[in-house]
Amino acid sequence: MAEIVKMPKLGFDMAEGTLVRWVVNEGDHVIKGAVLAEIETDKATVEVETTYDGVLLRQLVPQGTIVPINDPIAVIGYPGEEVNLDAAMKKPEVADKLKGTEEPSEDVRQQESGIEAIRELNVQVPSISNEAPHASPLARSMAADMGIDLRLVQGTGPGGRITKKDIESFLQMKSVPETVKIPGTARVKSEPASITGVSETRSMPLPRLRAAIGRRMTESKQQAPHFYVTHEYDVAALIDRRKEINTLLAEEEKLSVNDFIIRAVALTLLEFPNLNASLDLKNSSVIYHSMINIGVAVAVENGLLTIVCRDPDQKTIFQISSELKSLVKRAREGKVRPEDIEGSTFTVSNLGMFDVDEFSAIINPPEAAILAIASVKQVPVVKNNEVNIGTRMKATLSVDHRISDGAEGARFLQALTKYIEEPIRLLVSLS
Amino acid sequence: MPRITMREAISQALWEEMERDPSVFIMGEEVGVWGGSYAVTKGFYDHFGPERVKDTPIAEAAIIGAAVGAALTGLRPVAELMTINFAFSAFDHIVNQAAKLHYMFAGQMTVPLVIRTVSGGGRQLAATHSQTPDAIFAHFPGLKVVAPGTPEDAKGLLKSAIRVNDPVLFIESATLYQVRGEVPEGDHLIPIGSSKIQRPGTDVTIVTYSKMLEISLKSADQLAQEGIEAEIVDLRTLRPLDMEPVLESFKKTNRAVIVEEGWKSYGVGAEVASRIYEEAFDFVDAPIQRVAQKEVPLPYNKTLEQLALPQVEDVVKAVREVL
Repeated sequence: MAEIVKMPKLGFDMAEGTLVRWVVNEGDHVIKGAVLAEIETDKATVEVETTYDGVLLRQLVPQGTIVPINDPIAVIGYPGEEVNLDAAMKKPEVADKLKGTEEPSEDVRQQESGIEAIRELNVQVPSISNEAPHASPLARSMAADMGIDLRLVQGTGPGGRITKKDIESFLQMKSVPETVKIPGTARVKSEPASITGVSETRSMPLPRLRAAIGRRMTESKQQAPHFYVTHEYDVAALIDRRKEINTLLAEEEKLSVNDFIIRAVALTLLEFPNLNASLDLKNSSVIYHSMINIGVAVAVENGLLTIVCRDPDQKTIFQISSELKSLVKRAREGKVRPEDIEGSTFTVSNLGMFDVDEFSAIINPPEAAILAIASVKQVPVVKNNEVNIGTRMKATLSVDHRISDGAEGARFLQALTKYIEEPIRLLVSLS
Repeated sequence: MPRITMREAISQALWEEMERDPSVFIMGEEVGVWGGSYAVTKGFYDHFGPERVKDTPIAEAAIIGAAVGAALTGLRPVAELMTINFAFSAFDHIVNQAAKLHYMFAGQMTVPLVIRTVSGGGRQLAATHSQTPDAIFAHFPGLKVVAPGTPEDAKGLLKSAIRVNDPVLFIESATLYQVRGEVPEGDHLIPIGSSKIQRPGTDVTIVTYSKMLEISLKSADQLAQEGIEAEIVDLRTLRPLDMEPVLESFKKTNRAVIVEEGWKSYGVGAEVASRIYEEAFDFVDAPIQRVAQKEVPLPYNKTLEQLALPQVEDVVKAVREVL
């Protein structure tokens, strides 16, 4: 088989990632879903899982290497399978030469280097011994009964024979993939050995995530011309509706204000494709995304992560709520998976729980806009020449002026009104 | 239940059967006045008289030939051969006459004969008097071959052997006569052709019989200290061979060691291993191991003799091989 594991692309703009740590050693057994390595991107440190069953034949890069996306990082195959790694490691010189004068984009080249490597590697596969593994008759009959490919099982008997014990441990491994995961706490923490007193001036290395956020936000604020539009929403109905629904739900199922907002934003974005877009500077074009994936900023130790709620325009609030809960949990436990933080097209940042009047968020590049949600407050409201108590929430939209203008931003916030102020629209499908 | 020796158990079985059935009589070298080479028939001559306890000349062919004839007339002789090595002198009478008459004459006659004999080495009797050729006799259809490893089984199986209408070679082990065990009093019968689990276990199946049961049990005790639980199946009868308990145990443990005192080539282990491969192939998790006597005429020298015979360490080693 000899499958190649490549550096995953964890965002529209991700070009490379650092392989921070190998979790699985060469020669170890892996099964689908097992964590192979930890990879640091601009956004976060994430765990890369294998989608293949087998043995990790080779780690193709040492820890700490910066690897372009789609470049091979590991080979997974049958125990003892021999693979010609030169082919896998070879840089795509031939491919480049053939391209002639036309300079392919960075992404395209990276992808082709990966494909080329795999193509070359696959040529080697038939020459790999197709010999059936040595297995005891019992192991064979057990494997046949259970539909196990014996080539995936590591034999530990005499001469590498696969025995009943090996089948049993293979099954055990398969049945508990969750425990294979390495908790995020295992990550290197760059904290000083001892802190003697708070008054002391000290220097601490910038935590990785902190540094990555810094880089990206500087890049965004320096390159993307932000403008801000703020709107105040009447959320009395939303708050009432939420309270009403939550009385019917179990504690762990209760909806947050943010769940309503995510869905409201997603439905509104359907009308504003220009704000569900990314700037592709290299090709001087705007990419309009076919899907709406809302990034949700989550505070974690040493910074924040943007987890991704996929297709909330097509999901119920309850689905959105439950998915977000598990995503947030994983993010806070340091167990975030690549797909958890990959592919957002618009971001919502909510500081409502911290009693803020309003705030302006920095765009998460290369997205077009980000919506900053402030706290729900009881405020005096003038209506029909009378002062009354109203329930209000402010939201500020930050937009990349290279993609959109103030008028569109304002219209977006206006369009959002009908969902936020008439939350029944979020609960029923009107289409 | 009284704890008696193997010798007493065999003696008890003979005595009880002779009391029960007047057609039962014993014959052999020194079985009468002397009371038997191993003192099994001590007191029989005085009690049952010279008619039913017959001393014979040193002529094995004559002993078995006469016993076959007596059996054909309806008597139930228990003929004793001092050792199984002397059975070669009587080989024709055993395998060509006793084992075949019932078949060759269309069942017109039966041969309810028991040949008691002593097998095995370890007593410095040198190569010609120390053999364990049990498998040779078990090769012939028509002859039942019984070889108990405990006093209880010896009594129960000998009583059954005397009562069946087929010729039975009843093999005793000289080094087991002093072994004690609980033996039920009175009419205690064990059917011929039934193997028995002598020690329950989960990790490996040890198949054995006769003297090697003792060695296997000691090995199992030693292995148990390492947390390895061996299940011991005692064949008790070599023909007809009861494979059921063996297969049942093997299907549980998936590993087997067969321990026999005779030589490995063409032996009991070869037979049992083949049967396992044939009948439980899909349960085999490791090649079956055989522990047997070294392929040499058994040395007279005590040290060499012990080296050539299967020992506890050999069994333990073989078990480790299959685990």
